[in-house]
Amino acid sequence: MRYLPLTPEDRASMLATIGAKSVDDFYTDVPDAARLKGKIAGLPDHQGELAVERHLTKLAAKNRSASSGPFFVGAGAYKHHVPATVDMIIQRSEFLTTYTPYQPEIAQGTLQTLFEFQTQVAALTAMDVANASMYDGSTSCAEAAVMAARATRRKKIILSGGLHPHYAAATRLLCEAQGLTVVQLPVAIDGEDELSKAVDGETACVIGQSPNVFGTVTDLSGIASAAHEKGALLVSVFTEAVSLGMVTPPGEMGADIAAGEGQSIGNGLNFGGPYVGLFSCREKLVRQMPGRLCGETVDADGKRGFVLTLSTREQHIRRDKATSNICTNSGLCALAFTSHMTLLGGKGLRQLAELNHEAAIELADALSAVKGVEVLTPRFFNEFAIRTPMDAEAVLAMLDEAGVVGGVRASRLFPGDHLGDVILVAATECTTPDDIAAYADALKEII
Amino acid sequence: MSMNTMGRPTAPASVSAAAIETVSGSRGLLQHEDLLFEIGTPETTGVDLPKPKGLKSRLGGVARKVDTGLPGLSEPQAVRHYMRLSQRNYAIDLGLFPLGSCTMKHNPRLNEKMARLPGFGDIHPLQPQATVQGALQLIDELATWLKVLTNMPSVAMSPKAGAHGELCGMLAIRQALIARGEGETRKRVLVPESAHGTNPATAVQCGFIVDEIKADRRGRVDMADLKAKLEKSDDVAGIMLTNPNTCGLFETDIREIADLIHQAGGYFYCDGANFNAIVGRVRPGDLGVDAMHINLHKTFSTPHGGGGPGSGPTVFSEALAPYVPVPYVNKDEDGIYRLVEHVDGDASESFGRMVAFHGQMGMFVRALSYILSHGADGLKQAAEDAVLNANYIQARLKHVMSPAFDGYCMHEALFSDAFTADGIETIDIAKALIDEGYHPMTMYFPLVVHGAMLIEPTETESKAELDRFCDALESIARRAAQGDDTLKGAPYLAPAKRLDETRAARKPVLKWAPEDTSKVAAE
Repeated sequence: MRYLPLTPEDRASMLATIGAKSVDDFYTDVPDAARLKGKIAGLPDHQGELAVERHLTKLAAKNRSASSGPFFVGAGAYKHHVPATVDMIIQRSEFLTTYTPYQPEIAQGTLQTLFEFQTQVAALTAMDVANASMYDGSTSCAEAAVMAARATRRKKIILSGGLHPHYAAATRLLCEAQGLTVVQLPVAIDGEDELSKAVDGETACVIGQSPNVFGTVTDLSGIASAAHEKGALLVSVFTEAVSLGMVTPPGEMGADIAAGEGQSIGNGLNFGGPYVGLFSCREKLVRQMPGRLCGETVDADGKRGFVLTLSTREQHIRRDKATSNICTNSGLCALAFTSHMTLLGGKGLRQLAELNHEAAIELADALSAVKGVEVLTPRFFNEFAIRTPMDAEAVLAMLDEAGVVGGVRASRLFPGDHLGDVILVAATECTTPDDIAAYADALKEII
Repeated sequence: MSMNTMGRPTAPASVSAAAIETVSGSRGLLQHEDLLFEIGTPETTGVDLPKPKGLKSRLGGVARKVDTGLPGLSEPQAVRHYMRLSQRNYAIDLGLFPLGSCTMKHNPRLNEKMARLPGFGDIHPLQPQATVQGALQLIDELATWLKVLTNMPSVAMSPKAGAHGELCGMLAIRQALIARGEGETRKRVLVPESAHGTNPATAVQCGFIVDEIKADRRGRVDMADLKAKLEKSDDVAGIMLTNPNTCGLFETDIREIADLIHQAGGYFYCDGANFNAIVGRVRPGDLGVDAMHINLHKTFSTPHGGGGPGSGPTVFSEALAPYVPVPYVNKDEDGIYRLVEHVDGDASESFGRMVAFHGQMGMFVRALSYILSHGADGLKQAAEDAVLNANYIQARLKHVMSPAFDGYCMHEALFSDAFTADGIETIDIAKALIDEGYHPMTMYFPLVVHGAMLIEPTETESKAELDRFCDALESIARRAAQGDDTLKGAPYLAPAKRLDETRAARKPVLKWAPEDTSKVAAE
């Protein structure tokens, strides 16, 4: 077997050194009834690369990749172009095949990239400090909610009606397990401002999203003021990190915690994971943060270096008193994010954001020109909701036949919320004028 | 000095490397590299994008006021930046990485290639299900093998890492207790003091109270203490137990522990971090386990990536199967794969959704590629080789170091610091290993062994590599026993000397700022 270097002679000589007769001696603690007699059922014996590759390639071929035609699916994950350099960097053995940097003398590569990542995330979200990543945007959001409850010693969490429903579900689950109360405001395309009315003196935080799941961008400043007046925090969520290039970022709106998804920068779609959760907050909340933090220090020669720090928040030190149970985060996806961001630079990110915005504007104009189609999102960045005169599922199926993957039906995300005729549509820098024309033409045929 | 006929020296003069100062800050192949923020400018970019047309914004005024100011680099600068930083990292591709409990084994490149097929890497989680049948089939196939290998009837695929899998398991237990009407009364979770920190942290995240059980002199659960803790049992929710445990030992009494917990009305959560030691030889389903997470990044070798992404599918017994989280994949009678995404219908007892989308697909592809490559014979052989390698290290070093417990170990060898002279600590031994070209072992864990050194070689190592490692560690151990003070300064040959962690924590500098840099430079 190509991955196992020991030879039968090695094994025999090692057993002799140990003084054991066979490897069975090492398993004598296993109760007899629990010893697997015979082989693993159904699994064939080892196979060469060619055979494995053949099988997996066959499975992959059954899926329609986002690059294979006009593609307009967003709602929390986005089809962007990732520079070839990014994938080369994350495939470097020194990054790919190393561990969490517990031994900083031989992990300065990972640690410096994390420090740079934290700096970039703090700047992008306009917040004071960022951590070294979370699993993804939805778990960032959930951790932000329980962090707000810790920081305020309050138990009520209020979710906007524009929060991505998967984020809302993950947040509700974690909060309720900890005895917190979660209030979900009614689903609304343009309703983030409702949070201002809902906040009260028992509220730990309100969670708003901009751009929200329907694509609506909202200035949450008023909500921040309303929350702060009541002693509550504002958690500002985003699922599209490229929006930070031109849309008002959480820090400029007075958010206390920013939680979002970083997939759009450096990371492919991967059918939903692995992604990279972004998490940043105000300086005064830093000791309440979940996850790894990388900090600057010096080594014994006085040279600048980096270490994981403030670990007294973390499970491996604090055990049942930890701020979170997170251990592994999303290191390699954070490297993809930071290296793509480094290639873009601030100016490049703004330009990328503008291209996304313009593609969405042109798409919105083309679709709303189709008779019977209405764009529902009042202010948007690169995605928006449309209403068609037919059931969304049927429309998407017919678009599919025309070779267009036309978006996400809102009813898939919000079952039973009277959104059966609503489709969430996204455009990015990958969207071409031909793609837009194909979508509008197909829609015209269908309706 | 010898020279050739052209006057070019052919043999080197002898000068100590430490005496050589360089102007560039580089040291030969180890290139100096500043922070991105010190070498880039916001105007620079390594990506050529078309010029925007200048259309009128539809942001409705919700526009960023202050630019990020983040610097960019041209492509060659960026490549060098990351390549130079990469040279400061140790990695499993460079050598033995004996970090106990972390399972640093070879990461096959076939798995990377497979995960990058456009049919897996370039598909959206919310595409119509008809366009991703191959992806759903892959999840179903991996799920099937995980159930077969563990002999458990059900698996949740969405947990994003090991600790997230623990959360999944404990949330299912919570839900089962709620369904029994005992959600408010059964709050106590037993956790051995040797457990990973994630276990007690997870229990608390789910609203449980942690009750520690002692380890006995054999490094296993102290059965007397366990029985005492179960005398009053109507508040017991369950136990979280790692097996093989964090001392690298199989819990001899595991069946009895399972029976005791079940008799007490609780559930048995098994931390599967060390499943790699027993794959193909022992199935957790035969041990009375109710839930167990599997770290795909340990047992099935998806790359650790410098701290993730991981993946933590969690298997369940019949008792907990109704409560698994959404989404999951079902196969219809007509062969169509369907996602169950909402808590209703068949999933009406599900405890909910842990995460956006379907879990770590990229890791699923790699893990399935690993499982199919190894096959039934290879998986079992890998587990046995991992255990053989650990026992070989223990046998080779037991005369110079202090094994924490008698007898054979499983996939990792655990030593205490009893053999060291006064003043020499575990950390000194760990750092001296760096100078010998190795990543240190796990140190000071598990907490039940003083100055613990936990060594996990994995099946990846050849006998020659193990011998080289043992020679190095044996020599360091002898120096430690003799009280060799030079160990206190190790490492001497790494890209950085020991770092001041106290300073980092006292005044945290968590991002770059021009002022901080000038201050540091002035010191």
